[in-house]
Amino acid sequence: MSACLDIRDLSAVLPNGQRVLRSVSLAVQPGEVRALVGESGAGKTMIGKAVLGVLPSSVRIVEGDMLLEGEDLGKLQPKARRTLIGARTALIPQDPLTALNPSRRIGPQMTDRLVRILGWSGEKADQRIRQLLDEVQIRDPDRVLKNYPHELSGGMRQRVLIAAAFAAEPRLIVADEPTTALDVTVQKQILRLIAQLQREHGTAILFVTHDLGVVAKISQKVSVLYAGKVVEEAETAALFAAPQHPYTRALMAATPRYTDPFASLKPVDETVLAGLAAEIASADQAWGRPHG
Amino acid sequence: MDDGRISRHGSGAKLWLAGGWLLLALLAAIFAPLVAPQDPLAQDLMLERLPPFWMSGAEPGYWLGTDSLGRDLLSRLIFGARIAFIVAFAAATAACLVGSTLGLVAGYFGGWADRIISRIVDVWMAFPPVLFAILLVAVLGTGLSSVIIAIAVIDWTRFCRVIRAETMGQSRMDYVENARIAGYGRIGIMLREVLPNVVPSIVALLSLEMGIAVIVEAILSFVNLSISTDDPTWGGIIAEGRLSIHQAWWVLVFPLITLILTVLSFSQFGEGLKARFDPVLR
Repeated sequence: MSACLDIRDLSAVLPNGQRVLRSVSLAVQPGEVRALVGESGAGKTMIGKAVLGVLPSSVRIVEGDMLLEGEDLGKLQPKARRTLIGARTALIPQDPLTALNPSRRIGPQMTDRLVRILGWSGEKADQRIRQLLDEVQIRDPDRVLKNYPHELSGGMRQRVLIAAAFAAEPRLIVADEPTTALDVTVQKQILRLIAQLQREHGTAILFVTHDLGVVAKISQKVSVLYAGKVVEEAETAALFAAPQHPYTRALMAATPRYTDPFASLKPVDETVLAGLAAEIASADQAWGRPHG
Repeated sequence: MDDGRISRHGSGAKLWLAGGWLLLALLAAIFAPLVAPQDPLAQDLMLERLPPFWMSGAEPGYWLGTDSLGRDLLSRLIFGARIAFIVAFAAATAACLVGSTLGLVAGYFGGWADRIISRIVDVWMAFPPVLFAILLVAVLGTGLSSVIIAIAVIDWTRFCRVIRAETMGQSRMDYVENARIAGYGRIGIMLREVLPNVVPSIVALLSLEMGIAVIVEAILSFVNLSISTDDPTWGGIIAEGRLSIHQAWWVLVFPLITLILTVLSFSQFGEGLKARFDPVLR
């Protein structure tokens, strides 16, 4: 069985020629949660956007393939690619404040996609949305469907977005730091909801986060990203038991612990950063040679 | 919470006051032949420069006095409102349609479309607007439609600039990206997702532009470039009043007050409507 998402040697550059993705390879198997972890600016979100076909126009993919359920996205016509991505993927965004259209009510906003893109009847779409709202534990769907986004709390909005993401039964969901913008207390509930819906629907998730605690809770596999390069890839349990790369070890050391909050807050070591810089430089050199 | 309520109350009062004045002026304009106490064109040199009703020497039936040819000032203001409103609605709507469309396209698509449209706007705005209007009317010939065309041709840039900026801001929002991922076409996203979010600004601008159109029409009348000098226009009355300011101040002051109230009402009405329209502010 082919992977749900297969990214091979993906490289992307900025207009000034600087590489922002450095030969990234990763695969997400059907029904699997793959965490993509790294600090801000490491290119985690960029990978998600590349898969969903919404890279900023300044970023150009120069090399590599992306296969969505065996279909090469790079070989499709733009229209066919949009249709494929629209039908098989969905996004749970980072900021629930701006991810819903402020001037449209929740109901039409959610059903619209099912009706227009997937060609469902209005009635079927409405039933589906209500079912999903129930699954994300929204108790009064009638009120929520009539609300405008600003009338809902951040946590409620994120629930709505999760329901919307799962509603069209996508094969792959890109979750881009879905809990970062939320209160700590709400974060946990949202994370649990995503995990629960993921299990029930068997959806593969590419879970972008900077939080190793979240990685441990939700994912089966992890890719650790630094400066657009995958520095370590492993089963989640194995990674936490025995991190191989010095950067991964440094990241884990930098995670605060409740027992000794201050002692454990260590920034990533200078020697580790120097090692990473050398690694990146040599990778760029090796990459640059055949490309001129 | 309290602050919100106070400001909302304030905007409500503004909306009603401004809307009330505009409605009154609009009704007077529509039913001008019925409500005007005198024929606005009838001259009577026996009745020249009558003062307004509270001053000694006023004649009943000539509430705001008469001008130097004995024409009733109130009736002339009422008939002048007709031209003011026709120009306001027609010119502002035309400028709005052209400017908002181009602004939406420039802001949403960016790239070449934006560069071309923005350069045109820059060049356009380098012309001094009033001179541009006078030039246009001089070329097109005087008349109501020339005035309307001139105002629309000059002022579409106002809409274009504001709507472009608003659209750009909205286009960066995640909901637009989400719609992209879902597979909507770009034009569909522009019209269905982005446009409703810039409508409040369009409405506010439209109302403001109506006020501006009234002023520009008055300016053109003032320099005798609007419609024929027989028909009363606010700018024309002001121009005549200027000549007799020492003998009959009211011929200058009343049309000025009418003009100011109307322009102010248009802008306040627009602001109030924007607050009402916007689901986030509501």
